[in-house]
Amino acid sequence: MATKHSRVAARVMLAPAVILLLGWMLVPLTMTLFFSFKKYLPLRGDSMANGLDWVGFENYTRFVGSSSFWPSVQATLVIVGGVLFVTVILGIVLALLLDQPMWGQGVVRILVIAPFFVMPTVSALVWKNMFMDPVNGLLAHLWKFFGAEPLQWLSQASMPSLILIVSWQWLPFATLILLTAVQSLDSEQLEAAEMDGAPYIKRFWFIVLPHLSRAITIVILIQTIFLLSIFAEIFVTTGGAFGTKTLSYLIFQRVLESQNVGLGSAGGVYAIILANIVAIFLMRIVGKNLDA
Amino acid sequence: MGRIQLKQVKKAFGDVTVIPPLDLEIEDGEFVVFVGPSGCGKSTLLRLIAGLEDTTSGIIEIDGKDATGLPPAKRGLAMVFQSYALYPHMSVRKNIAFPMKMAGLSPEEQNRRIEAAAKALNLTDYLDRRPGQLSGGQRQRVAIGRAIVREPAAFLFDEPLSNLDAALRVGMRLEISELHKRLATTMVYVTHDQVEAMTMADKIVVLQAGVIEQVGSPLELYHSPRNRFVAGFIGSPKMNLIEGPEAAKHNAHTIGIRPEHLTVSTDSGDWHGTVGVSEHLGSDTFFHVKIDGFAEPLTVRVGGDFDLHYGDAIQLTPDPALIHKFDAKGLRIT
Amino acid sequence: MARAVTTNRKILNTAIAWGVGLVIFFPILWTILTSFKTEAQAISDPPVFLFFDWTLENYAVVQERSDYMRFLWNSVILAGVSTVLGLIIAVPAAWSMAFVPSKRTKDILLWMLSTKMLPAVGVLYPIYLLFIQLGLLDSRLGLIIVLMLINLPIIVWMLYTYFKEIPGEILEASRMDGAGLKDEILYVLTPMAVPGIASTLLLNFILAWNEAFWTLNLTAAKAAPLTAFIASYSSPEGLFFAKLSAASTMAIAPILILGWFSQKQLVRGLTFGAVK
Ligand SMILES: Nc1ncnc2c1ncn2[C@@H]1O[C@H](COP(=O)(O)OP(=O)(O)OP(=O)(O)O)[C@@H](O)[C@H]1O
Ligand SMILES: [Mg+2]
Repeated sequence: MATKHSRVAARVMLAPAVILLLGWMLVPLTMTLFFSFKKYLPLRGDSMANGLDWVGFENYTRFVGSSSFWPSVQATLVIVGGVLFVTVILGIVLALLLDQPMWGQGVVRILVIAPFFVMPTVSALVWKNMFMDPVNGLLAHLWKFFGAEPLQWLSQASMPSLILIVSWQWLPFATLILLTAVQSLDSEQLEAAEMDGAPYIKRFWFIVLPHLSRAITIVILIQTIFLLSIFAEIFVTTGGAFGTKTLSYLIFQRVLESQNVGLGSAGGVYAIILANIVAIFLMRIVGKNLDA
Repeated sequence: MGRIQLKQVKKAFGDVTVIPPLDLEIEDGEFVVFVGPSGCGKSTLLRLIAGLEDTTSGIIEIDGKDATGLPPAKRGLAMVFQSYALYPHMSVRKNIAFPMKMAGLSPEEQNRRIEAAAKALNLTDYLDRRPGQLSGGQRQRVAIGRAIVREPAAFLFDEPLSNLDAALRVGMRLEISELHKRLATTMVYVTHDQVEAMTMADKIVVLQAGVIEQVGSPLELYHSPRNRFVAGFIGSPKMNLIEGPEAAKHNAHTIGIRPEHLTVSTDSGDWHGTVGVSEHLGSDTFFHVKIDGFAEPLTVRVGGDFDLHYGDAIQLTPDPALIHKFDAKGLRIT
Repeated sequence: MARAVTTNRKILNTAIAWGVGLVIFFPILWTILTSFKTEAQAISDPPVFLFFDWTLENYAVVQERSDYMRFLWNSVILAGVSTVLGLIIAVPAAWSMAFVPSKRTKDILLWMLSTKMLPAVGVLYPIYLLFIQLGLLDSRLGLIIVLMLINLPIIVWMLYTYFKEIPGEILEASRMDGAGLKDEILYVLTPMAVPGIASTLLLNFILAWNEAFWTLNLTAAKAAPLTAFIASYSSPEGLFFAKLSAASTMAIAPILILGWFSQKQLVRGLTFGAVK
């Protein structure tokens, strides 16, 4: 549909976005790469102006060699995987529920999507203190009410707690996408299956679920993008303690808390590689799904 | 003024050549219709003239000036799309005013032209509605109104009536013809409906696979089609094409005879056969006849009602002066 | 796939759905309620739900301790300006990709999205250094640029999906009508895409409002938005539930209210334009 004029115009109009993002990606990336080969401890007087010592791959080997490295990769995968699991399953259940005829559907929908509006720092603080506090938290009261010993949520069950908090924030998103998909399902197909005598479970498994596959892919893609970089939730709740130190958080500590920029940068490069692996993997799926 | 010349114009999408180099002249004030089967490149040709597509090679001249590189906005042409392409967020008035606003006309002049166009197109009562609140025919008129007010050098129509129902289509066809008579502006009109082509055109361009098969007035095409393709394409119902021994009798590879040029009788005739499906319309009767010794059944048209039905014997006689003869390549033998 | 059902079934559906909805909403509700309690009531055992002495005292204390309006204003400016700036850059880009697609369009789009996957921590220090060099640390301008850049891929993506739904013929009609590129985008495309643009605007405003990595790490006092305001309540010493609740309510109220009033666009926007 295009002429030379419009193609030239298209290139010109696309340029600002591409150039900005390219700069946003390349400039800091190059610097990170540069630092990752240097000894750079600002607190010990290292600075760009004085020149930094070249240390080869030392930062890289030290970062991987540190006892925190593999646990952090594991923590990252557990959080991302856990939240995806919870939100997709509950999202499907909620979507099917909200699709049923009822009174006040609009209000229920608002209630369900509300957590998405809550900033991560607030939700982490509220959950940490008002719900998960072992003495005064609401959950502690609930446990005591049933005669159980209140849990030290964020230390004894740190991972599940964190997954709970983050899932609470992302459930609205998953539900909404899946609900939209459920609503676009052709009811005649379901009725035909019902006429054929297929029980609900079968109808769900063979008709509803395949219909939702594209929506599920989108949920997984978009959530993964955001979940790989969760920060505030950990920063506020455990501060990376009790096995909740994700790769991102580990790097954050190396750079800001221990002020070891070289080491942190090497970690950054690892994180970028990991993110790219996930990205390539996801983009493949989504790229295919985009055309459908 | 609206004289359009295409010189060796070619269009390819990637490796696929949709229109091989082609020459065409459209005179000022002419009503030219492009017809051809689906996918033959009619829309593409129209869009090349409009400037919505680039030519791969060749030159397009409008009023003698090279317009090949001009963007659509600068060509001074107006186009009516199959989907109408009205601006859904603007009222009818704003839709019609849009091209004038772009041209920077004064508000008074804009209003004057809007009123005139609305009156001519029976849109006065709808000027403040949105396109979404109009019927298909009304939308079509708005699209035409939007084209008229620009006072373009030529109008381009791409199957403008194909989304309308049959009755409306006839009405709009007349309206567009009348508009052409009144404005005397060049119109290029794409359709695959050959009734539209025959009734509206000064000049018909028959296309097949991007190639011009014949250019001529409707009756030229009807009376002396240049080849088998045009013979089969123009005329309704289609011309009967007969090959084999019967054609050989006329020293041709193929002979063609139009359904209305066969005489029907029950007792005498050149060709003997039986009636298959018969369609009785009152004003006309169509018979599909299986003739002994012919590979394909023939279609016959008789004026008025004719009392023959499925399985009846029938005899046909072609009017010898109206038999078309074609050689092995499909070209007309004169 | 709505179908006729019996009234009993509908009552059951309604009860379950409201129950689930309230459970999900409960943490927010509880926070808002607690913000009106005294500190003693806030930690009373057993907890009190509705029957307590409602007080506004916590809000007064929070306002006194930290200048709420300044943080709020920063949040509004940061989220608002970065989103609008992002839109201005994204509209032409999305136009290009939706209406003049080439073989590379899909790759560019996916590449843009993939920049979202770059772990922010990986580039925190370089950005920090650059900000010091450019004098952008703890400045609104610096954060606006960063927030704009991190949301740009999403804005482009969303606009792209909305634009794709607009028939190209209408844009072609405007070209025939003598519209230049600027007119085409300004007078035809943008007004037609208003619902999509509104959704994009809202969603990205919220994402920027809630962004808590860069806003926490690149600000100190001057440019700090509400994310930083609330983070200052995370230190364990002197933590009081009622005041924490009041501060939390103040931080999320603007977005909750905005969300309430623009439900329809938001629901559409929340799906990132990814499903119809
Ligand atoms: N943008 C494009 N890219 C590739 N091929 C195209 C493009 N546009 C059209 N074509 C091809 O060019 C040929 C001519 O298309 P065109 O739309 O001109 O046909 P048409 O005669 O208008 O058919 P119809 O009567 O169905 O509208 C078709 O084979 C079509 O597939
Ligand atoms: Mg066509």
